[in-house]
Amino acid sequence: MTKNSSENTEWPLWEVFYQPKDGKPFEHAGSVHAPDAELALQNARDTYARRNEGIAFWVVPSDQIVASSPEDQGPFFDPANDKPYRHPQFYSVPRAVKKRK
Amino acid sequence: MDSPEKLEEFQQRIDNGEKIEPKDWMPERYRKQLIRIMSQHAHSEIVGMLPEGNWITRAPSLKRKMVLLAKVQDEAGHGLYLYSGTETLGVKRQDLVEDYLYGNAKYSSIFNYPTLTYADICVIGWLVDGAAIVNQTMLAKSSYGPYSRANVRICKEESFHKKQGYEMLAKMADGTPEQQKMAQDAVNRWWWPTLMMFGPHDTDSPNSAELIKWGVKTKTNDELRQHFVDRMVMEAEAIGIELPDPDLTYNEETGHWEFGDIPWDEFWSVVKGDGPMNRERMKARRKAYEEGEWVREAAKEYARKKRLQDEKAS
Ligand SMILES: [Fe+2]
Ligand SMILES: [Fe+2]
Repeated sequence: MTKNSSENTEWPLWEVFYQPKDGKPFEHAGSVHAPDAELALQNARDTYARRNEGIAFWVVPSDQIVASSPEDQGPFFDPANDKPYRHPQFYSVPRAVKKRK
Repeated sequence: MDSPEKLEEFQQRIDNGEKIEPKDWMPERYRKQLIRIMSQHAHSEIVGMLPEGNWITRAPSLKRKMVLLAKVQDEAGHGLYLYSGTETLGVKRQDLVEDYLYGNAKYSSIFNYPTLTYADICVIGWLVDGAAIVNQTMLAKSSYGPYSRANVRICKEESFHKKQGYEMLAKMADGTPEQQKMAQDAVNRWWWPTLMMFGPHDTDSPNSAELIKWGVKTKTNDELRQHFVDRMVMEAEAIGIELPDPDLTYNEETGHWEFGDIPWDEFWSVVKGDGPMNRERMKARRKAYEEGEWVREAAKEYARKKRLQDEKAS
């Protein structure tokens, strides 16, 4: 071994989001390493859009992403589980109106 | 330590076909195996640029040069998707790369064979990318979300790789006697190493059962290899190329092509580092990494100075 990781020459990690088409929401593509935001965008283009897979990009330093944790998934999403009245199926409508869709 | 209840719960999720995401609980060994497999896959994509890169400057036409350049660039992309996926398991890319350049990490043996003529470029596209498609189509269903998604992305690009090779090979096989000879010679040299790409027979593959149990893989080495052979026999015939195996016979009962013994001694010697190009490949990769170091440092320093300037200005 002539090299080891005691010296860190790695560029920071950025998460890449792309918009696949006009009007579509952005999606997570993956990540790239880059020394700054400008190069992160260029690397994102070369890595994730060689065939126009994206028409626009967001790059975000990976350590700035805050994610919900899977262990709390139950309690975290609980408040949504017992509210059927948030869905239209919860309500009844006169038959005459129902027919014409 | 991984408790039996947790393991049970995890297995349940796998058996239900759920995807495992980076922050989910997973057995330590699942994480280790994934890091090993995914980084090996990434290293293979990167080193795989060398045999083909060897011919970029000597492509037979401008069109073929553009095609080869685009293909090799895709392979770099594949490596990057996979490194990116591996990093979600809590490892640093630099460590992965250095473990491969200066440590023990492996890459696919197929890239330790030389590319002697341009017909080798045709045959790599057809056979090597063809085999990669079979493997990666299976891995696109892998239980680990980031690995599965990386393979989905890869698979979208691989059919171009295979088709450009197959098309070129068909042209050569239909060309002058010299071209035909070159084409056949390249197939003769690449056929057996390609069959080895699927790994040892299931009976000699100690990791397989565990990987299948955990849904990292969904098919065994022998199943994938058989699928590949069946398809390639048909494709070879269609363009008048012969596969160099006198034992190839169609089994009416199973509906599969049976093939001869794979030269496993050669496989193990290449894995252990004694293939025709192992040393050369490692040398080229280390050189690129070491000579790129000042670029990585300079770019980092430039970014740091620019940040300082921006802070001052504001
Ligand atoms: Fe690839
Ligand atoms: Fe490929």
